Order: sequence, then structure tokens, then C-alpha cells
Amino acid sequence: MSNATTRTGWRFRQPSVIPGFGLTLGFSLAYLTLIILIPLSGLAWRSAALGWADFWRIALDRRTLHALEISFGTALIAAAVNVVFGTIVAWVLVRYQFPGRRIVDAMVDLPFALPTAVAGIALTTLYAPNGWLGKPLMALGIKVAYSPLGIVMALIFIGLPFVVRTVQPIIEEIDKEVEEAAATLGASRFQTITRVLAPGLLPAVVTGFALAFARGVGEYGSVIFIAGNLPNISEIAPLLIVIRLEEYNYAAATAIAAVMLALSFLMLFVINLLQSWSRKRYG
Amino acid sequence: MEVRVANVRKEFDRFPALHDVSLDIRSGELIALLGPSGSGKTTLLRLIAGLERPTRGKIFFGEEDASLKSIQERNVGFVFQHYALFRHMTVADNIGFGLKVRPGATRPPAEEIRRRASELLDFVQLSGLEKRYPAQLSGGQRQRVALARAMAIEPAVLLLDEPFGALDAQVRRELRRWLRDIHDTTGHTTIFVTHDQEEALELADRVVVMSQGRIEQVGTADEVYDTPNSPFVYGFIGDSSSLPARVEDGQVWLAERPIGLSAPDVPAGAATLFFRPHDVELLDGCGGCIAGTVVNSRRVAETRRVELEVGGDRQRVEIELPIDHAAANKSRIAFRPRKWKLFPRAD
Repeated sequence: MSNATTRTGWRFRQPSVIPGFGLTLGFSLAYLTLIILIPLSGLAWRSAALGWADFWRIALDRRTLHALEISFGTALIAAAVNVVFGTIVAWVLVRYQFPGRRIVDAMVDLPFALPTAVAGIALTTLYAPNGWLGKPLMALGIKVAYSPLGIVMALIFIGLPFVVRTVQPIIEEIDKEVEEAAATLGASRFQTITRVLAPGLLPAVVTGFALAFARGVGEYGSVIFIAGNLPNISEIAPLLIVIRLEEYNYAAATAIAAVMLALSFLMLFVINLLQSWSRKRYG
Repeated sequence: MEVRVANVRKEFDRFPALHDVSLDIRSGELIALLGPSGSGKTTLLRLIAGLERPTRGKIFFGEEDASLKSIQERNVGFVFQHYALFRHMTVADNIGFGLKVRPGATRPPAEEIRRRASELLDFVQLSGLEKRYPAQLSGGQRQRVALARAMAIEPAVLLLDEPFGALDAQVRRELRRWLRDIHDTTGHTTIFVTHDQEEALELADRVVVMSQGRIEQVGTADEVYDTPNSPFVYGFIGDSSSLPARVEDGQVWLAERPIGLSAPDVPAGAATLFFRPHDVELLDGCGGCIAGTVVNSRRVAETRRVELEVGGDRQRVEIELPIDHAAANKSRIAFRPRKWKLFPRAD
């Protein structure tokens, strides 16, 4: 209801009667420039020093391409998994009263707070071929640690709170009357969830997905422990950047970083479009 | 469809919201559940809908025991106070929802559902708004869409929870007349909840007055207004004034004087005298009347309403006077109610 008034299209929103529009806009732009734009343009500047031919050679190098594929692929899979289970977790936390609910609720935030390296080491111990979970899984022929699957596991762990915390408030806001209305009209519980409730959650779910995905692409600390970091198998792009830096090959590092940046921006932009579409339709 | 509520009790966490309520509703009737907040009227409506389960007692739709059926099976049209429209669906999809979710065998084809939604939109006078979303409608329009959605499933009973509660006075009056028309055309058994007595009296065939989880009186507007059967109903329906009185020798006494009203059928003892402010006769001298000092006088439409202090303990009552009556402050006025009622009081 409230967003009907905010759809102003491609123009400045009418400044409100509250003064300070110019000041606040100026501040926001200056702040964004200082914090985000200047460091990023430094990156572009540094990689531009390479020249096109060298840039493309590094960017399209087999090892780079593979690292990018691993980074973006695992982040997408992990975000998709988190969307499903994170939404379920949020639903249970909002809808059911059970002993220890507050503790579980607090636990969801742990991946936010825990140093990622700690998470990585813990997961590696657990999923290593001789670990608690790694051993039985190994017997089934599933190798988790030191493989892309391990990276997905780590990213699921890291990304879960992003989905839960974006979806949870929206579930809390669901009007009980809407569900009751669907029931009186003859809709089964399943129909109520799929046709009435889920579309309302979609914008928040897409946001949660975008956040978890973005976090996954940039994740470093937890992944390097569990990934095994075998070039062309389980090496992520951020690690490759660090490797290049350690070789004092700053040009190559910035080139990979620039490619990552462009890809991330593109994907987040697409997700944003999707989000504003779903918000318009379902918000 | 007849609806019969039989000895229903409802508790929320041990706190009783309804005590042993029974009510018979005839087929095609328009019934108002009227009462202050906390009287249990909405609980009763939700029990009939199946949104709550009774702690004890049964609810029958016709001959069938509806208590055994789920909400989905009861086939009731429920209009919520805040409409509860599905905001991500267009108006047409909202109205068609009840038909679309039917199991395959009884679900009409998509074309038929669309036609039906359009028909209902015409019926609620919102033709052409099929493609709008609820956020793009005014409150009154949403209310109509909610009603059309409830009627689309051809409900056995139509239940409305404070249907006009969130609308402004003008739209309310308009929709009230319109709901009456709709009811007369469709003939659905309709039950609505309201705390607005004007709405209940004007619209309903019969009014169910509720208080503190009990039904106080069931009757037509005339019955509940002219012959209230309890102090609560007398006080709640219409304007009323009341005074503590006493009955002795078949006469009504106020303080130490008889006031010229005879009550041969009322047992002697303490009682409360109720009367309507506009139904009094003014007297000159006071040889058996109620006399009081004017403390306050207000012009209300075509009458003047004055507040009097009566007797030694300064009980305040209101009466209505013609506007040309000179009711200046501190003047004394003597009157006697034309129509009145006594309810015994324990003290």
C-alpha cells in the first residue's frame, strides 16, 4: 500500500517539506564516493595499466576462468539452498512456539559473528575424510572436504543468516486474516501457502538470495580451509587473487579482481531488477 | 440455510469468552450481533465460520452438525474487518480465488471463473476494475471486492465482521443501504457484527444484543428498542437515563417521595428506573414528579438536551426539551417519564 506512492519512475522524487534535501543528497554522494567509488576506481586504474591484450590473457587464463566458475557456481548453489532452508527456518522461528526457540533464533546469527576462519576450520574437521561426518560420507563415496562440495557447505553456513534475517520480518508481518480468508474460501493449507503466502514473501526471498550470493562470492576465510585449494578443481577466485599478490604480480591480481567486480555487479544488477519487478507485482 | 447455535461455550486459555450461548437464525435472515467490545460478538461469528472451535456445544447448518466440518468444508463467505484481500492478486483473481482452489472435479473452467468474477464485479458496482490491485482501490471499493469474493463461492451463510468499521461515516451509510439491497436480491442468510447500534437497528431483520459473553436479548429493532428486557439493553440501545428508585405499595418512590408512577406488578424493594430522555412530560407544580436543577444545556439538532441534578445525592439525568423552552442554568424543572421501566436492584 505504502509503495504505491513511491513509484515515481525515472526522476528525482519531489523534495519533501523537510529541509536539507540538498545537504543530505550531497552527503550521501560524497560518502559513497569516498567509501566505495574511489577504492574501486583505483582497482580499475591499476588493471587498466596492463593494456587490453595482457588483461584478456590473464582474465581468460584457464586457471582464472576455473576459479571464477568455482566462485560464482558454488555461491549460486549455496544461495539457492539457503533460500529454501533459510525460509523454512524463518517460518518455524516465527510461527511456532517451542522450548529453546530464542536460543535457536540467536544461533542463526552465529555465522555473522564467528570469525570465518574458525568456521572454516570447524567445518573442515567435521567433513575431512577422517572426520565425524566426512568418514561415513566417504564410505558412501561422497567427498565433501577438499572439493567444490566443501566450498558449497562453507558458503551455506556463511549465507544462512542473510536469508533468515531478511525473510523473518516479512513472515512476522503476514496478516492472520489473509490466511483465514483463504481458508474460508476453501483453500487447503498447501494452497494457502503456495498461492497466497509465498508470492508475498518473494521480494524478501530474492533480497535474501542476493545478499547470500554476494557474500558467497566474496567469501575467503572459511573456504580456503575446507576447499583444499587445488588449482582447476577447488580454487576460488579470491584465493587466486591472494596467490597473485604473494607473487608480487599486482597486475594479474587486479585484473582478476576487476573481472570479479564486473561479474558481481552484473549479477547483483540483474537480481535487483528481478527484485523491483517482484516487488511491483507482489509487494 | 438455517443456522442453529446450541449451548456453545468458548474459552480462551480458561478465560470464558462465551457462556452457554444459543441462537436460532432463520434461512434468509439478516442478523446483527450487537454489543460493546469484549461482549463476545466476534467470537460467536468466528465460531459459526469455523475459525474457532467451541469448547462446548454445537453449531448446526440446517440439519447438519457443522462442528464436525473443517472451515474449508463449511462453505461460508466471511468478510473481514480489514478486508484481508490478497494484495498480490488483481481484483478479478481475488474474486475468482475461491473457485480456482476447488478440487479438479468441481472447479469451473478458467473462462467460466473469469466470467463469474466479472458478473460479481458488476453486481457490486465496480465494473471495469478487474485488472486493478487492492492497493489501488479506496476503502469502500475494497469492502465491495471482499464481499464479491465471499459471494463467489455461493456460501451457505454470509458472515461479516464489522463490515463498515474502517470506513468514514458517509461511505458507511451508503454501503449500509447497498448491503440491504444485496441481501434482498440474493437472499443469503447473513450475519454481521457491529458495535454501532444505529447500523444494527437500521439494517438487520433481528438484532442480537450481547454483553459479557452472553446474549441479552434477540429481537427486531422495535422489540429491543421499545421493550428492552434488561438494564443493559435499555442502557445500550438508544439514549436512556436512569435513577435509583424504590417500590412500595405499588408506587415508585424516589428518595422519600412518590413520583406519581404506579407499578403494581413490580415487587417491593430497591429498583432502577429507566426512561428515554425524549419521552417525558413537563409539569408545572410538583406533586408527584421528578424535579431537578439544570446544570447543563446543549442544543442537539431539533431539541435541547438538559442535564438535571435530582435529589439530595445529586443524581444526574438527561431529558430533552423543546428548543424554545427557557432552560437557563440553575432553574428547576419538574417532569415525569411517559414511558419507563423498572428493573429490580439488589442492594
